[in-house]
Amino acid sequence: MIADPALAPVLSGSMAVTRLSLAEFRCYPRLRLDLDARPVVLTGANGAGKTNLLEALSFLAPGRGLRRARLAEVGRLGAADAPWAVAAVLTTPEGPAEIGTAHEPPSGPVSPDGEARDGKRVVQVDGKPSRGQAQLAKLVSVVWLTPDMDRLFADGASARRRFLDRLVYGFDPEHARRVSTYEHAMRERTRVLRTPGAPADPSWLVALEDRMAREGGAIAVARRLLADRLGRAIALADGPFPKAGLRAVGAVENWLGEGPALAAEDRLRAALAASRAHDAASGGAASGPHRSDLEVRHLERDRPAAMCSTGEQKALLLSIVLANARLRALERGAPPILLLDEVAAHLDADRRAALYADLIALGAQAWLTGTDASLFAPLAGKAQFFRVADATVNVSENP
Amino acid sequence: MSGSEIEQLVQLLAKLPGLGPRSARRAALHLLKRRENLLEPLARAIAAAAEKVRACSVCGNLDTRDPCLVCIDPRRDAETICVVESVADLWAIERTASFRGRYHVLGGVLSALDGIGPDDLNVGGLVKRIGEGGIREVILAMGATVDGQTTAHYVTDRLQGAGVVISRLAHGVPVGGELDYLDDGTLTAALKARRPF
Repeated sequence: MIADPALAPVLSGSMAVTRLSLAEFRCYPRLRLDLDARPVVLTGANGAGKTNLLEALSFLAPGRGLRRARLAEVGRLGAADAPWAVAAVLTTPEGPAEIGTAHEPPSGPVSPDGEARDGKRVVQVDGKPSRGQAQLAKLVSVVWLTPDMDRLFADGASARRRFLDRLVYGFDPEHARRVSTYEHAMRERTRVLRTPGAPADPSWLVALEDRMAREGGAIAVARRLLADRLGRAIALADGPFPKAGLRAVGAVENWLGEGPALAAEDRLRAALAASRAHDAASGGAASGPHRSDLEVRHLERDRPAAMCSTGEQKALLLSIVLANARLRALERGAPPILLLDEVAAHLDADRRAALYADLIALGAQAWLTGTDASLFAPLAGKAQFFRVADATVNVSENP
Repeated sequence: MSGSEIEQLVQLLAKLPGLGPRSARRAALHLLKRRENLLEPLARAIAAAAEKVRACSVCGNLDTRDPCLVCIDPRRDAETICVVESVADLWAIERTASFRGRYHVLGGVLSALDGIGPDDLNVGGLVKRIGEGGIREVILAMGATVDGQTTAHYVTDRLQGAGVVISRLAHGVPVGGELDYLDDGTLTAALKARRPF
């Protein structure tokens, strides 16, 4: 039994950034922040650079970060030649880690089809270059909620799919590699289908579609599994957040419900072979896990999330993110790093208090932003407070 | 600063893999200082290679004779062909001295995004070789990359019905490797490819 609850997070392992360094990143020419494992509160006026800090942290996970920006856009204006870089020292349940990631601008001639190229994002782990970003998912899990995601349930399926995938990365780091392999094979297939002149080589298409079917089947299995488990974790929670029902839906997910995984792969293989003519015209592929969706229902009101009020949608999202953090803490020894941009302002006092209590109990390093410091008063003494203004970040007194 | 011959030498050296302008200048100076021991023998070796080395018309290996020494060596097993991406991979397998069959060099891997299609690879030559009979097994020794595995699958598909056994290199635990340090994908592949002990 742990006598002092404040020690619990440390003893149960934590995942936290203890130092964050930025170079030529958005509004920051240079920045260095030293931190401990507690939640971080960033306050400041609109446009002060709070979200830019969260975006920098989001690059510690695979992918394009929380704004999904082109890599070249992330660099500081006026620093055209200096590529941006983010470096972080972390504590993880497996021990300390150092992650560096930077934009490597494109070099050499423009690709044959004249596409504007964006270069790539290189990753270093403990000082050694890492092949690909998938390695990041093994080390650190980062989950975010931003004001852009207020429309997550109303907008298209792709944002919900990415949201679910990021949650899956936290449990199954191979998922990131599978998704990127699947997408690579799909781009190759599109290129083969669209090459003018001679008809596409059928053996080549078979090879690419086989790869898509294998990875695609595994992707759908992982998504279904996590949606199920999150649903159960939410059902067990008590507190003021609404209960969400989750279901990964899509052609492959549905086939998985009807028979074994290998049969679902075979059906995807057959579907891809049958849709070649259509896909050549439309690009992409008519079926596959790149078209899947995450269906969310508000269980108490028994209606789809998209039909709930904006505030209720936000609360549903938080309910999912918190359940995910609990599940991950149980299974992998630490909750993910949570980036909660402008979240507190949209919650009523009850839910705000419940959110803070949950974050403290979980021992999560949650990064919270807001314009109004008083909203974070209940966290006084339990979090680190910073004031962001004009691209500088200073320790501030508790609100 | 220096004569056009030196300038040209530096520029050509700078095109070698692993060399940039600075290291090319260093290499040029190094060669010029060791005219008899290095520069002239190298020049002769390069001239001889340019004159005599050709790609083998059977397997694509580089050699001074065609067919190459590997293809005509009677002690090698003519019934087994190991398909590799490049001559560098052929050399890598030869260094192990554990394969006594013959090779087929594809000259790359399929990559639609880089504009490399089946016609850019020596797949037709492989199909023809097998069509001529006498081959029992084809070993696909492509890299475990997405494009490498797509290419392996492609070759398999093209050889369907040719009446040969097709195998591929195992993916898994490296010799002397510890499981704890293995990435999840490799470990998964190793588990799937486990065999009776």
